[in-house]
Amino acid sequence: MLILHCPCCGIDADETELTPGGTAHLKREGPGSSDEAFERYLFLRENPRGVHFERWRHAHGCGKWFHAARCTMTLEVFGTYSAQTHAPPREILDRIAERRPQERREVA
Amino acid sequence: MQRYSAFAIAREALRHHTGWQRAWRSPEPKRRYDTIIIGAGGHGLATAYWLGKLYGIRDVAVIEKGWLGGGNTGRNTTIIRSNYLQDPSAAIYEKSRSLYETMSQDINYNVMFSPRGVLMLAQTEAEARGYRRTAHANALQGVETQFVSSWRVKQLCPIISLEGPRYPVLGALWQPRAGTARHDAVAWGYARACSDMGMDIIQKCEVTGIRSEGGQVTGVSTTRGEIECDRLGIVVAGHSGALADMAGFRLPIESVALQALVSEPIKPAMDVVVMANTVHGYMSQSDKGEMVIGGGADGYNNYTQRGSFHHIEETVRALVETFPMISRLKMLRQWGGIVDMTGDRSPIISKTPLGNCFINCGWGTGGFKAVPGSGWAMAELMAKGQSPLAEAFTLDRFREGRFIDESVAAGVAH
Repeated sequence: MLILHCPCCGIDADETELTPGGTAHLKREGPGSSDEAFERYLFLRENPRGVHFERWRHAHGCGKWFHAARCTMTLEVFGTYSAQTHAPPREILDRIAERRPQERREVA
Repeated sequence: MQRYSAFAIAREALRHHTGWQRAWRSPEPKRRYDTIIIGAGGHGLATAYWLGKLYGIRDVAVIEKGWLGGGNTGRNTTIIRSNYLQDPSAAIYEKSRSLYETMSQDINYNVMFSPRGVLMLAQTEAEARGYRRTAHANALQGVETQFVSSWRVKQLCPIISLEGPRYPVLGALWQPRAGTARHDAVAWGYARACSDMGMDIIQKCEVTGIRSEGGQVTGVSTTRGEIECDRLGIVVAGHSGALADMAGFRLPIESVALQALVSEPIKPAMDVVVMANTVHGYMSQSDKGEMVIGGGADGYNNYTQRGSFHHIEETVRALVETFPMISRLKMLRQWGGIVDMTGDRSPIISKTPLGNCFINCGWGTGGFKAVPGSGWAMAELMAKGQSPLAEAFTLDRFREGRFIDESVAAGVAH
């Protein structure tokens, strides 16, 4: 079972306590944005085979949102971090680079 | 091709079954084909079959990274139905269901299509209203369905408990011509028919790149070398995103795990398919006597073909409430498949930004029922450049906001 550390309340929560929230770090579009930009924001996902940065909510716990870096091929978790950020923190990226030297890294 | 018949069985019985031939050839890939289909699952093989059968396009290779029908084609719960709310969905799924009726004769391979009927239970007032609406829509679309009372549900499926503690059965949407088929046989039968038309089915050959020139596809790079083509069809379900990435565009798709399981075999106990979408579970009994069970998909991106255990627990818990007699059954096997979920939960059969490259994907949790119809529409699209059945399922509907709002109509067991 997937176990993620909630950076908000400090608990290692297993999957049944958590609600997945999809891809993290999306750029939100607003009034005046083009149809293409809205399509990208609403529907087009990287859907990677590899490291995925994603949102989770500690729904049956503290109720807060946080982010996780997880591999979709192995379910390996590289760490969790605060949702109040626009990009994955350096330490998470370093950990990924250390464990997956070949992984192609693109953070939009 | 050696024809299968009762006579053939008798003939082979008399000579100790020494005369059976291989069902399909396993050739080395040629350097060039007119058309390449990536993915030898049900949809890919059906596409190749109709390309040859209806349009005479037989210089075709179907390339598969694993083994034939080893992905979701061999992992689904084999339910075939067409009781959809929206016109474009009802049209393609009904076409597909009707093609299943004659498939065994068409391809001379017994796919064991069993039109045993599907009950979709209404367990809340809202669901009952929704299914009444679907029944009316189906009447207009020419799809035979009926909203039936709970009394009729009990008649059709005596092992059901109508007075569930959480969700009583208020009625059901009944499609008598829906049913099940042998999923492996669909892949094998199509492969045999395609091979007979001279097409090459190339297994254990993974596509590693898609080559193009001036915005037109020119071929694919594979683990067994470069292969050129004029037309390319990508039909790879869960891995569509990776192939689209090679072709240089992005899809409105996320890949998640969907699980199914079967029980130990028991004597015949139910001869219909029952789906309970409010409580997330569906069940039918296979010809071997196993209860075939499916439920909801996981919520997070996943390519491992393994799902979360607690989803199985949820599904089984719901089904034990609905069918109390299964509470002592042991489960034999459990497995997962990677399904491609689109933004509106409806499929994509479309041209792509790359010229002469077509894609058929996004069938999500309910692709098996669509196999022959999806292949029919995809073949027409690839041969003629447009297909009435596929018209609504284009890739650009997400940009233009023309969604096919079917997730509301079909609930979880889509």
